[in-house]
Amino acid sequence: MTAVLTRRSGLGRIRTARAPLHRICLGFVALVVLAAVLAPWLAPDDPNAVDLGDALAGPSAEHLLGVDAAGRDTLARLVTGARTSLLGPLGVVAFSTLAGVAVGVTAAWRGGWLDSVLSRSTELVFAFPGMLLAILIVSVYGEGLLAPVVALAIAYLPYVSRLTRSLVLAERARPYVEAYQVQGHSGLQICLRHVVPGIAPVVLAQATINFGYALIDLAGLSFLGLGVPALTPDWGRMVFDGQSAVQHGYPLSAVLPCAAIVLTVVAFNVVGERWADQVARRDR
Amino acid sequence: MTVLDIRAYRLRLPNTARPVLAGVDLTVGARETVALVGESGSGKSLTSRSVLGLLPAGAATEGTVRVGGDDVLTMTPEQLRRLRTGTAAMIFQDPRAAINPLRRLGDFLTESVRLNGGLSAEAATARATEMLDAVGLPASVLGRYPGQVSGGMLQRVMIAAALMGDPALILADEPTTALDVTSQAEVVALLGDLQERFGTGLLFVTHDLGLAAAIGDRVYVMYAGRIVETGPAEALFARPRHPYTAALLASTPRLDGPRGRLAAIEGRPPGLRDEPVGCPFALRCPLATSECTRQAPELLPVDGEPGRRTACHHSDRTGEATADA
Repeated sequence: MTAVLTRRSGLGRIRTARAPLHRICLGFVALVVLAAVLAPWLAPDDPNAVDLGDALAGPSAEHLLGVDAAGRDTLARLVTGARTSLLGPLGVVAFSTLAGVAVGVTAAWRGGWLDSVLSRSTELVFAFPGMLLAILIVSVYGEGLLAPVVALAIAYLPYVSRLTRSLVLAERARPYVEAYQVQGHSGLQICLRHVVPGIAPVVLAQATINFGYALIDLAGLSFLGLGVPALTPDWGRMVFDGQSAVQHGYPLSAVLPCAAIVLTVVAFNVVGERWADQVARRDR
Repeated sequence: MTVLDIRAYRLRLPNTARPVLAGVDLTVGARETVALVGESGSGKSLTSRSVLGLLPAGAATEGTVRVGGDDVLTMTPEQLRRLRTGTAAMIFQDPRAAINPLRRLGDFLTESVRLNGGLSAEAATARATEMLDAVGLPASVLGRYPGQVSGGMLQRVMIAAALMGDPALILADEPTTALDVTSQAEVVALLGDLQERFGTGLLFVTHDLGLAAAIGDRVYVMYAGRIVETGPAEALFARPRHPYTAALLASTPRLDGPRGRLAAIEGRPPGLRDEPVGCPFALRCPLATSECTRQAPELLPVDGEPGRRTACHHSDRTGEATADA
């Protein structure tokens, strides 16, 4: 296996072979996903209910994690915010993986000028910082979840397509592909039924790692006020809203979403890296 | 009736001085087993792959390769697919490599006829079971993965897969090379049986002369992209008419023969970068004369021996030279 997953510096170093950390991270991922799915039932309060009398209150029986500057329950916003905070990266990963696999498979399978065109044009995207691209697109299309998701998906596509291309190149050289050809299968049939399932584990491992990065990028955009609309509960937006509270000496409403973001990204990375390691070690 | 008819087939690759295949003439009749013998790089695999339209990138071809009357070289992709699904099938050298390790053997067997042959899932499974039975394997193999069966069994599965589309022609490209001697004998015997039972033509590509003699009705000997000699297996091996065949036979080690150094053919086959003049074997040939280095011999019938043809200026002298060796 010559293809290598893209592990950008920083969080990738937390990779571990030790089981407990992996299990804890897997548990945390499950917890966050569960919170997002069950948010309407789990949230103790309406995330947008304003109680100005209680503004900036600390943790209490009524508000377990306190209240932010606008008098909204932090726990309720945290739980409901998990929805947008996970949905965005999910969209990024889904789109970039589907499109990236399509581009990578086409480039590797057809080869020739089409390979050159696709590879060079995706490499062009590499030269452009994903965040900048997102800011550009958002500034043109305005606020909302869709614009930044599409922008980041385009920025993430080359990572997937490059990986896919190298995997398919290796896979198509294997004799079984030819054996299917002489059985009368078309290239498309062989790709869809044999090549793509064969490379799927590696690509999905990369997608999991991408999920973490997409989450942090989207949170960053929200923090800059470019992501989700103002009232939508979202972790990045909560950090942005909590800035003034930090200055007033009430850091809880800003620090908690920060912690949620960091922990979720780390958890997704550890799970993804571990998966990637397992796939790479697998005897092919 | 001939199922495979290759005539004056030439194949040229970019950046080579000589054609990789320089005028191949070869026929396989219905219910006939034909062995194609040659050393590595002689073009025997390329010939058999051409029959299914598997050409290397940038290949330029001349001549005709007819399977069941239709020229493979001029087929549209759609016609080619139909040919590969039904009329002709191929058995590969290494079954471990040629079967997707991630799919069950049942999928491998039925996929082609389900997707391209228009059979329903049940009909395809029934046919697969029937074919597995024909190659002597139980139906339980359908649910196994390639890693769970032995190499010999896997090659049987490969043969069963080749039979799935009820082909008129089977191409076997060194199907026993990856197997041990016992499985080799089994697979060869099986191929012979099946070929008789299903009435298919079989082109058996091998570098093993003994095997070629044992399985083939007729034998073609290839050297440097040409057919140098052909004829009925027995006659060809009993009295080779081409010095190359003679030298090959002389260099075959024998269990019962006298001990000593193995007889080897001096020199190397001409490379693809050398522009050939005359007979490609001339440089290594004990019989070579100035005529041989000037003009390439044509594949001509041998007097008094029906079905024999040889490409040698000195075919009448070959017998004596072999006796000396």
